[in-house]
This record gives sequence, structure tokens and C-alpha cells, in this order.
Amino acid sequence: MSILVDDDTRVVVQGITGGEGKFHAEQMIEYGTNVVAGAVPGKGGQEVAGVPVYDTVNQAVVAENADASVVLVPPAFAADAVFEALDTPLDLVVAITEGIPSQDMAKVYKRLSEVDTRLLGPNCPGIITPGEAKLGILPGNIFEAGNVGLVSRSGTLTYQVVDSLTARGVGQTTAIGIGGDPIIGTDFIDALELFEADPDTEAVVMCGEIGGEDEEAAAAYIDEHMDTPVAGFIAGRTAPPGKRMGHAGAIVSGSGTGTADSKISALNDAGVPVGDTPEEVADDIEELL
Amino acid sequence: MKLHEYQAKEVFADAGIPTPESALATSVDEAVEVADALDYPVAVKAQVHVGGRGKAGGIKLAENTAEAREAAESILGMDLKGYTVDRVLVEEAVDFTNELYVGVTMDRSEGAPVVMVSERGGVDIESVAEEAPEDIVREHVDPSFGLQAYQARNAVYDAGIEQDVAGDVAKIVQGVYDLWADSDATEVEINPVMVTSERDVVAADAVMKLDEDALFRQPAFADMEEDAAEDDLEAKANEYGFDYVRLDGNTGIIGNGAGLVMTTLDLVDYYGGQPANFLDIGGGAKADRVANALDMVFSDENVDSVVFNIFGGITRGDEVARGINSALEQFDEIPTPVVVRLAGTNAAEGREILNDDLVTVEETLEGAVQRAVEYADEEDIQ
Repeated sequence: MSILVDDDTRVVVQGITGGEGKFHAEQMIEYGTNVVAGAVPGKGGQEVAGVPVYDTVNQAVVAENADASVVLVPPAFAADAVFEALDTPLDLVVAITEGIPSQDMAKVYKRLSEVDTRLLGPNCPGIITPGEAKLGILPGNIFEAGNVGLVSRSGTLTYQVVDSLTARGVGQTTAIGIGGDPIIGTDFIDALELFEADPDTEAVVMCGEIGGEDEEAAAAYIDEHMDTPVAGFIAGRTAPPGKRMGHAGAIVSGSGTGTADSKISALNDAGVPVGDTPEEVADDIEELL
Repeated sequence: MKLHEYQAKEVFADAGIPTPESALATSVDEAVEVADALDYPVAVKAQVHVGGRGKAGGIKLAENTAEAREAAESILGMDLKGYTVDRVLVEEAVDFTNELYVGVTMDRSEGAPVVMVSERGGVDIESVAEEAPEDIVREHVDPSFGLQAYQARNAVYDAGIEQDVAGDVAKIVQGVYDLWADSDATEVEINPVMVTSERDVVAADAVMKLDEDALFRQPAFADMEEDAAEDDLEAKANEYGFDYVRLDGNTGIIGNGAGLVMTTLDLVDYYGGQPANFLDIGGGAKADRVANALDMVFSDENVDSVVFNIFGGITRGDEVARGINSALEQFDEIPTPVVVRLAGTNAAEGREILNDDLVTVEETLEGAVQRAVEYADEEDIQ
């Protein structure tokens, strides 16, 4: 079992004719993902990475019966691409693009509340169900099928933790990157809810970072609603207030909200161990299993 | 990207938000000249991105020419919490009866902009928010439609602003929201909005932060970026296109991906060192980016060692290794020890390629950080 994506997911890649789009479409196909089409305005009729390209997402859905999209479109056009995918509609939209203006995302966020489509990201590495499908840019070779779910705001930090797990023979059900932006679609609680409902997920790793209060909200959710054990990690303990640490959302506000300390203590209070190093997170998971 | 007060006030004036008469000066003579052209008393205000400028001696009042000279002499060139003051704003002091607060920001938990109005301006608004949140009126805005006039009125009247100035304050609220939306700002704040003894309202301070991700469609603000930069190294990082934050430690850090770079900083601290910076080199492994990243970190004179941590997904370890070799071969003497840890795609090949005469190779993240901290300690002692 897995959550959100599997062998049957039919994927359209928005931006497939661009350098990044083509490269990652090929990587997804090589991994075994069922990529059925690309969508790029003005490029309909071409074939890229062995799949047909359509001018619009709607055409791709009608012709190829796609139910999910991966947005690999430059930031200036990405919000429009997400709107297009939300309105088609699809079941799942994975927005990889980093650097979408936050006011554009506020408009997308409003629209999300009016449709049934789930958005992952933006500014995320995507989602992978090992051995079945990956939608995004995650390096497939470090993952292995297993019984640990993973949800994270950061790409390479996820890879670091997954690498430690896989090296110990601990595989994953599904790994989800929710993205490093201040305004995102699927959040920690949404992902935790899905893992809690998945009978094959026996433990969950949650990698948070400074900024916002989503980790605190997730801690409260874990405390009240989850039986599946969770191990945590929080990046940014040494971040100074008022500075954006790479991710647009990774910022401790001047008033002191969004600190690592606040998140770590909220998680600890909910019974979630928080590792000091990525290796300690793998230790915690081994103990919880 | 945060604008200086003088930049923000120019933007306010263009947007029709009333501000006191003022002008920028970069020398004492210029400051005196500017002050004489205004009506005394004037305020001389340091233009640096430092909170609590007034308390630190960065803002002084002057009643006449002699005092203006004295104020400019003491502020220009002074060190304010690590930043040297090279510009002052000289501004007519406002004779006010009360101070209000008006701000717009993105409420990330709601995914929507929020307008804030309070009668309690002129003090640290964040402590007001903590002690008496009910004293700040919040009005969320649908970003597709923008702030409606009635919402501005609701906020102003609910905040208890006196009726005779409420209309003018509502106009400022509307102006601030529209400016926020039009300029792709993340935050616009006036603290305080002063109500003068003549019952006029004026923006006595101006805070404006812009969304760096939207600068591509805000050319006027993109042009202000250089003047707005915090320091030379951060300006250089903008030029190279790196996410860079300077800290005050001595272990330099280069990595890929925000979360992993933050984790590397945290590990430096965990193993007893002090991180000198955050530098995210991003995806891909072009040799020039590797060289630029090393140049950035070596440019910080506090740095005594460097840890270079790459987890390759799309980024290939062999390419990074070649980039590091060729960048370091340019030096007759490498400025500080460099510890490299490569993982993920083609990491083993990368480790083979790395020149052991130039760098120390470690297999694990924890090992690399500990080694770099040791080197930094040794260099520090020397």
C-alpha cells in the first residue's frame, strides 16, 4: 500500500519541452512512472520522452485520461500552470517550481479551497512510492519499498534521512515533499492523516524546519489523532531571526514565532522524539518499529 | 529584500501616502544643507537595517544648524550593531498628538493577506500583539479582489480611531494595501502613523519588504536592490545568485538544498563549532557555481575552515568533485582547510576524483562537520 500515487497514477508533465521538464520526465519514466502525456502551449503534436505533447492540460486529460500532473514550469508562469491543472480538474497536482511569487500563491490557495484537487508544493521535490511511481525530481535509487512514511519541507534533507533508513534496511511506503514555501497546498497534517489511514505505514518520519507554525499544529494533531508512531527532525536551530534561510518559508519572525525550539518542544510534548542529527532520526525509527 | 527607510518613503510619496518632508545625505555638509532647507526641528536618522536605531543613538533631533551638524557628525560613520552608517535621512520633525499603527503582511497560516490597524502605534507592535492582541484589528483580504473600501473603514473604526481623522487613516490603509499588492511586497508597515496637532495624518516611519521571487516583474524595485543590500558579502551573493546569510562564526558552510544546509549549520553548532554562514548552492553542479561559492565563503575574513556538503539527486558527485578541484587549483595557497562530503548520485566516483592534496574527504555528514570544526578550532588558535 501507499498513499496518493502508485502504479495506476496517469501523469501529465506540464513544461515537458523545457530542459528540466524533459530531463525529469525521462527520469520519471525510467523509474517506472506511468507518464502518459506532456502539456506545453504551442508545442502540441510533438513527442518528448516518448510521450505525446498537447497544447493544454485539458486536451491531455481528454486524450490520455491523465489524473495527476507534475508542474515543471518556470516561476513566472507556474501559478498559471497550477490554476490550469486545478481547473481541469485532476486528482493531484505536484508543483516542483521554486520561486513562485507569494501573492500568486495566495490566489492559488484561495482557488484550492473551491476545488477537490490536491496540490503538493510548490517548491517541493515531489512524491515517491518506491518501486511504483515518482512524481517529481527525487533520486529514485536511494528509496526502497518498506513500511515507513516520510513527510518533509526540504528535498535534500529528505534524501539524507532516507539514505540512512535505506542503509539500515528500513524501506518506505511513500515519501512526500510538501515544499519550502510559506503558502503550500498539502501540509503536515494532511500528509500525517493519510499515513495514519494507510495500514502499511508503521511509522512516520516528519522533517520540519523553522518558520510558520505548521509543525506545532502537526504536533497537536499527532497527540490527539495518531496511533502510528512518529519521529521528528527540525532544521534551523542556529538560524538568526529575520533572515530567510534559503526556503522562502524558512524564516524566524522578529516576534519569535517559527523557532526550532518551539517546534521541538511541541513535538516532544506530543511524545515525538526529535533527533539532534539525521542519523539519530534513523535510530529513533528503528526503535519505534 | 528590505528597503531602507528613505527608499520606502520615496515609494510612499509616489503612491500618494503622506510622509514628512525629508532628504537623504551622505556627508555632514550635505546633511546640514538639507536640514537648513527644511523647517526646524529636524530628525537625523541613520539608514541601516538595524532594529532599535533610536535607542542605539542612530536617530537625533536638531533644533538648529549647529545641532544638525552635531547630529550628522555623530551618526555618519558610526557603527550601529556591526553596520557602518554611510547615509542619513534628514526629516522635518512632526508635532504630533497621537501615534497609530498600520501594516499589511501575508498571513501564512491563512494563506491570505491581512491588514492590521491599531491605536497603539509608536511602540514595538510585536509586544502589543503579545500583551493585548485585541488592540490590533485584523482584516483578511481576498487577494483576487483586493482590499475593499469598506474593509479599510471597518478596520479603522473597529480600532477606535477618532472620527475626524478616520477618513484620512482609512485612505492610508487603502494606499498601503494597494502598494503592497502592486509592488509584490511581503510586508508594508507604518509605525507610527502620526496624527499632528493640526489633525493631519502622516507616515512618520516606513518599513517595506519585497518578495525576492517577484523582482523579475518589478524592475523599479530590482534597481533598488544594490542600495538595499545589508553588506558587501550579501550584495556579492545577490550577484552570484546564491541564497546566502552571514553569521558570526568561523566555520564556513556550502551545501545544496535549504533544509540540508540549515542542518549542516545546526551540526556545526552541535559539535561545538560556530557557523560562519548559510550558503545554498542549489541544484546542478556547474564548475563556475562551485568556484563562486568557494569565493563567497573565502571572502569572509572570519572563516577558518569550510565544510562542503552535497547530497546529489540531480546533482552528480563526480561533477561537483571536478568543480571543487578546478576551483582550488587556482589558488597558490588555499585560504582555509576544506572538508568535502559527497553522497547520492555518483558520490563514490566523486570521492575518487577529489584531490586529497587540496581537500579532506569525509564519507558521512557528521564526520565532515566534526572535522571542519576541528580545523576551525586549530586555525583559530594559530
